[in-house]
Amino acid sequence: MLSAAAQNPGVLFLQRGGRKLNLQKCRRRRRHCHFQAVSSSCSEILTIRKSLVSRERKAVEIAQQYLNRLRNTEPLLRSFLHVSQNVMSEAEQIDRKIDRNEQLGPLAGVLIGVKDNICTLDMPSTGASRILRNYRPAFDATAVRKLRDCGAIIVGKTNMDEFGMGSTTENSAFQVTANPWNAERVPGGSSGGSAAAVSARQCVASLGSDTGGSVRQPAAFCGVVGMKPTYGRVSRYGLMAYASSLDVIGCFGSSVTDAAILLQAIAGHDRFDATSSKREVPEFTSQLEPAEFLDSKPLKGLRVGVISETLGDGVDSGTVSSIQAAASHFEELGCIVKEVSMPSFSLGLPAYYILASSESSSNLSRYDGIRYGNQIAAEELSSLYGASRANGFGSEVKMRILMGTYALSAGYYDAYYKRAQKVRTLVQKSLKAALTDNDVLISPAAPSPAYRMGEKKNDPLAMYAGDIMTVNVNLAGIPALVLPCGFSEDGPSGLPIGLQIIGAAFDEAKLFKVGHIFEQTLQGFRFVPPIVDTDI
Amino acid sequence: MVMAFICSREFFSRSLLLYPSAFFTRRNGVLFCTMQSSGMQTVTKGETSKTRMDMLPRKKTKAHEGMLKDYEAVIGIETHVQLSTHTKAFCSCPYIYGSQPNSTICPVCMGLPGALPVLNSKVIEFAVKLGLALNCELSLNSKFDRKQYFYPDLPKGYQISQFDIPIARNGFVDLDLPVEFGGGHRRFGITRVHMEEDAGKLLHSENGTGSQERTFLVDLNRAGVPLLEIVSEPDLRSGLEAAEYAAEIQRLVRYLGVSNGNMQEGSLRCDVNVSVRPIDQSEFGTKVEIKNMNSFSAMHRAIDFEISRQVILHSEGQFDEIVQETRLWDEGAQRTITMRTKEGLADYRYFPEPDIPEVSLTREYVDKISALIPELPEMKRRRFEKMGLSMQDVLFLANDVNVCNFFDAAVEKGAEIKMAANWIMGDIAAYLKNERLSINEIKLTPDELAELISSIKNSIISGKIGKEVTIRLLHVILIINEAALSISRTQITDPVEIEKMVEKVIAENPKQLEQYRGGKTKLQGFFAGQVMKASKGKANPVLLNKILLEKLNANS
Repeated sequence: MLSAAAQNPGVLFLQRGGRKLNLQKCRRRRRHCHFQAVSSSCSEILTIRKSLVSRERKAVEIAQQYLNRLRNTEPLLRSFLHVSQNVMSEAEQIDRKIDRNEQLGPLAGVLIGVKDNICTLDMPSTGASRILRNYRPAFDATAVRKLRDCGAIIVGKTNMDEFGMGSTTENSAFQVTANPWNAERVPGGSSGGSAAAVSARQCVASLGSDTGGSVRQPAAFCGVVGMKPTYGRVSRYGLMAYASSLDVIGCFGSSVTDAAILLQAIAGHDRFDATSSKREVPEFTSQLEPAEFLDSKPLKGLRVGVISETLGDGVDSGTVSSIQAAASHFEELGCIVKEVSMPSFSLGLPAYYILASSESSSNLSRYDGIRYGNQIAAEELSSLYGASRANGFGSEVKMRILMGTYALSAGYYDAYYKRAQKVRTLVQKSLKAALTDNDVLISPAAPSPAYRMGEKKNDPLAMYAGDIMTVNVNLAGIPALVLPCGFSEDGPSGLPIGLQIIGAAFDEAKLFKVGHIFEQTLQGFRFVPPIVDTDI
Repeated sequence: MVMAFICSREFFSRSLLLYPSAFFTRRNGVLFCTMQSSGMQTVTKGETSKTRMDMLPRKKTKAHEGMLKDYEAVIGIETHVQLSTHTKAFCSCPYIYGSQPNSTICPVCMGLPGALPVLNSKVIEFAVKLGLALNCELSLNSKFDRKQYFYPDLPKGYQISQFDIPIARNGFVDLDLPVEFGGGHRRFGITRVHMEEDAGKLLHSENGTGSQERTFLVDLNRAGVPLLEIVSEPDLRSGLEAAEYAAEIQRLVRYLGVSNGNMQEGSLRCDVNVSVRPIDQSEFGTKVEIKNMNSFSAMHRAIDFEISRQVILHSEGQFDEIVQETRLWDEGAQRTITMRTKEGLADYRYFPEPDIPEVSLTREYVDKISALIPELPEMKRRRFEKMGLSMQDVLFLANDVNVCNFFDAAVEKGAEIKMAANWIMGDIAAYLKNERLSINEIKLTPDELAELISSIKNSIISGKIGKEVTIRLLHVILIINEAALSISRTQITDPVEIEKMVEKVIAENPKQLEQYRGGKTKLQGFFAGQVMKASKGKANPVLLNKILLEKLNANS
């Protein structure tokens, strides 16, 4: 498999070029738009805050409501690996603060799920790996600490592909998570648990991590908003490293505003992460105006580039038409929409898999059974290592460790790792150039809606190919926002389609603004899965 | 909480005894400290070489020495210097030698999931200092890399090190060989200096279940402590040169204040590569690495032993028995023994460390550090040489930066150069050695030494009194005169009194007088000594000699 990928990289790629956008047709279909607020995309965080501050509701009531829904839906969804015992007591503390008229943090009483590869002091953190079963970290990740400082209640640890390696959450060592829109579908991955939990309103918002699309693709599959910030915008301290030069902690919310509030809380320099940026974090939410204040062309003059390679062959037709519709919606909003061709786009995928596997082969070396985690006793040192790791890691993780070890080996380094770094530079340059000519770029977040469970399990290449839309953004270290823009088909069997909006480095504010306006003006869709309505 | 967890972790390795090569799968030198107490790991493979060893002459015979002349040894040294930064290289843990196991560790140096390294800027400063002191070219843009291998004392499964862009390279070090070994100035090339982190230590525990099972415990206190690895060019040719090279590195790091350079504590560790070739051959012979030398003299002996071993194999036509391997210096047996044979080169799969941004140095920064570098041993030696001191004096004084400073201060206060050197190398050094003190720890100040010397020079007190004064001054702070008074023996400057003593001594030694008058004028010293003895050291030496000469030559 290794050599097939290396010698014939074509098998991984989508066809270049692709069909032309039929903007004319879309324009006609969407001509008569009226901008109205859509209830499902209102900020839950702001709603909670309002009801707490006005003393309309108590934090315990809100927490209880979410916990009830979590308990009811969890047997079907299995999005959590661990649920905190302290949710209610933390909510009570918030209520006491309100009673005492104390200052409330911006996330007071907000239930937040945390991906299991992000360390939490009071809960196990396993990265969904058997090798860390029952492992309890000695510290909170910086992002988690910041959330707690803002008054957030960490509701639990969400399921994921082991150490972030996978696109379906089926590679979890412990359980398979279902897509809230269709329990026979995967929620995407690797942050599938975090996406499903927000989609099913088991929690208000959640943290994920994005190495090659692990926030954006599950956000698309589950019909929620997913933010992959600029590399270095959020501290990685406490995030179990998969590929250190690509990893970034991202946010899920049911609205762009929620994702923005969450990023606001966790962004900023951290002295415990040398790669975290010292750049100032702007006020993300100040530019997010309610729909009723928007004028008729709220995005007038904004240059939107549609990456033509992302709408080519191999991309689901429903996905293509949804993105085309989104493009014409941007035109309605006053944007200048044009196609952008990025010949290097398809090169990103093999480069990504070489770099990510190489770094992971190194990052996962610490799981050796010596100091913590799963240890299989052996009479000889090498057997101890071998048995502990053979028993502790799942097959996908083993495959990537093998691939990475191979790519870094003497004699292969230049052909693989070094060459992949060159491709990375190429991808960075072309994205930077495209983002000079355009304010934002758009593409699907995934080539298709949510896969059926097991569909990609025995076809890793097909699964890897599904990451084509997202990996380039990680290689370039730039931010991207994914938000739902349509459904694969009408009716109850329709699966959400995610639109990816890519921006320049540290320009998350623009992405939030553009995404927010798009979300507030999108007509005729409600991105709340039926399970939420039937359950309560 | 975490600590307890670690301490209880152990792994059984009964079969380590049978598979030494599986056990020691690593190349860099951090192991030898823990190796000392456990020479048994080498038993299996060492056994085969034992027979060979016993055939080697323990003492060099003439024939053997003749053999050595036909061969040339080529020696290169990798030195690991542990930096004396307040905190470790990538976290804020301190490192205190000898502290309780696993007492100075944190998530970062334990390699816990999610922990990230953040570079201690002092490490860069120290590396730049040493790089400059070794006359290296600095890499203004350098980076860290990961060197990957599995070992229980390596928490992350990789060591953060530098691979293709070391912070400094292409330097040299100058030194003077000791006079007693023939002396001579040498310049040895420095290939590179790079920054890296130390690993932890394995502790062997005997208790276990009482069976053959041995338990190994991991102490991570040392994990993450910053090291500088200095790689020499293969310029050295003998055990002496190697030991002197290492000693010069020790002096340098101590002068610079970047390390305590203590070999016993493992703050300075040398791995030596030795190969031998016939004198007319240009290509190198097969190299053998030697570890576990805990002193410079051990290095000297280990390398000379290894050279002899290889030369004998060469001369017996058995040079193919010299294999690329790591050998341990066995201090007890005074020989090197096989630790492990290298099966090809290990692949460490180096790649750039993504968690640490590249290191960029500005010219201004380098200039700033450069300005902080004190006068180095080589400069001091050349300066002392110019002051007219003998090479023996020069080497002694320049060996210790504090001694240098003491000497310089005394000279600056007007002490006569040679006398200051003699006092420091004589009485003061003897005292320091006896009391195991450093020159900074004694009461005697350079000012006092200068005053003492000028007092002796101006014949206010005799050398002997001076010695006693010194001994007192070493212990307590006293002004010279007070000290002299407190001994309550000011000098005898009365010519009549001295004359009486001189006459008495001459009368008591007629035989020596006869010899003197027969031409053995050197005997004047004998008479002077006797008079001084009779005066209990109190006679003014100038007056004494004057009167003595008069009396000795009077009736001739």
